[in-house]
Amino acid sequence: MPTNAPTSPLTASERVRQVLKAHGRLATAIESLGDTDSLYQAGLTSHASINVMLGLEGEFNIEFPDSLLKRGTFESVAAITSALETLTPG
Amino acid sequence: MTRSTTARPFAELLALTRTIAREVAAKHADSVDRDARFPSETLAALKDAKLLSTLVPSALGGDGASLSELAQLCSVLAEGCSSSAMILAMHQIQVACLVRHGQDTPFFQNYLRLMVSSQPLIGSVTSEVGTFGDTRSSICGVEVAGDRFTLMKKATTVSYGAYCDALLLTCRRNPETSASDQVLVLATKDDYQLKQTTAWDTLGMRGTNSPGFEVHCQGSAEQILPGAYADSSAMSMVPYSHVLWSALWQGIAADAVGRAATMVRAEARKTPGTTPTSAIRLAQVHSDLQAMKHHWQATANEFDQLEATDAGRTELLSLGWALKFNNLKTSCSDMAPRIVHQALQITGIMGYKNDSPYSVGRHYRDVLSASLMVSNDRIAAKSASMLLVFKDT
Ligand SMILES: Cc1cc2nc3c(=O)[nH]c(=O)nc-3n(C[C@H](O)[C@H](O)[C@H](O)COP(=O)(O)OP(=O)(O)OC[C@H]3O[C@@H](n4cnc5c(N)ncnc54)[C@H](O)[C@@H]3O)c2cc1C
Repeated sequence: MPTNAPTSPLTASERVRQVLKAHGRLATAIESLGDTDSLYQAGLTSHASINVMLGLEGEFNIEFPDSLLKRGTFESVAAITSALETLTPG
Repeated sequence: MTRSTTARPFAELLALTRTIAREVAAKHADSVDRDARFPSETLAALKDAKLLSTLVPSALGGDGASLSELAQLCSVLAEGCSSSAMILAMHQIQVACLVRHGQDTPFFQNYLRLMVSSQPLIGSVTSEVGTFGDTRSSICGVEVAGDRFTLMKKATTVSYGAYCDALLLTCRRNPETSASDQVLVLATKDDYQLKQTTAWDTLGMRGTNSPGFEVHCQGSAEQILPGAYADSSAMSMVPYSHVLWSALWQGIAADAVGRAATMVRAEARKTPGTTPTSAIRLAQVHSDLQAMKHHWQATANEFDQLEATDAGRTELLSLGWALKFNNLKTSCSDMAPRIVHQALQITGIMGYKNDSPYSVGRHYRDVLSASLMVSNDRIAAKSASMLLVFKDT
């Protein structure tokens, strides 16, 4: 798992959840969603998803290639975490 | 898609549409505009020629036309009557959603097959009181009990609503879910009651007859299109809307330029050997018109090529494609009024008069709707936000 903060006590999926909490504007609280629950059904709009992408790029110090900028990539906490695993910090 | 024996060659569809554009749509265009009335003659002719099922796959009895072919048909019809072309385009956009997202279910397969024999006209209900032009959010939600659904939607604008045989509505997947968790529901005429809430007395596109309606519907749960509207919007509704609209706006602009060109030629015949000054303007506007045409053609061709590949459809969910369609829509909708404006400078007072053969007033008023029909500012704001993460590499 790429990380620019090796000492961070949080797991990747916890950090993803923090970004979603800050930028996802979800109608359902992120705490009550499972890792594979649909974020879109929880109210993630395409506009908010852009802010989530920006938040993730900052938090993980990575850049999403255009090929990953698809709805499916941001479908759930698990989908985001596994997409991040394919990327190395820049 | 390969054409089967039921599918007519595209040249035939084009010839039929061209004849209807010239002999029916163009003849009634002025009265349709003046009286803000539904272009019933044109729609009857289109139904007669079975041009409302051109997009239905040939396996189901239709012509299996591609996006670039449909766009050509809309553009040609727009040269005769903008409102008729907008109605044809809106209908085809709804059919595209059914074909591309419903075809695997028995209900929609059967509906598409019936479309060929009965040529129903399908209207679009994406707008809603309170969502302010954001098609990707809904307030109303469909309620399913057993195998039946009920839905009530307060729509701000429904083109040819009173003349539809069916409506395709956006709504929340259920009343409790979030505003952007939407689905599409097909309601056929027997399933809905309409209460008109506003009037349609507009600057242009008057024949589209698009007032507000309160739509009350109930039907079988199978009429809910499978999948999420998020996907059908990105893969079908947006691509078909932006390409078909751009093509028809270009057709309107082409007719205005055509009128200007006729006038320039008439002037040139009076003084052979000297090129009229207005010919220079014509040369300039001709180049703009070509750029506009090439823009929608290139996008439609690229879309059709993508469709032929396995990964094609999911590619349409990428930001790159969303930006491409946004750019097409904003660029063509800005360009159309500019082109008609240039045509007016060429025709002068003869173009300004409503009762002259060179009149471009209707064209001008009609194309002014282009930037409002899904607001360009709203689209630009979305593109701006996508460009914060899109690298275009
Ligand atoms: C000819 C015609 C036919 C139509 N037919 C149909 C139909 O059949 N069915 C249907 O459902 N609808 C139809 N519509 C309605 C259409 O889909 C839109 O809903 C409608 O045009 C948008 O209305 P609005 O101007 O209030 O939208 P808004 O998008 O809310 O725009 C209003 C204003 O707010 C500004 N604005 C809004 N959002 C933003 C943003 N994010 N950033 C910056 N500025 C913003 C815009 O610049 C604009 O000035 C039709 C419209 C037209 C013109």
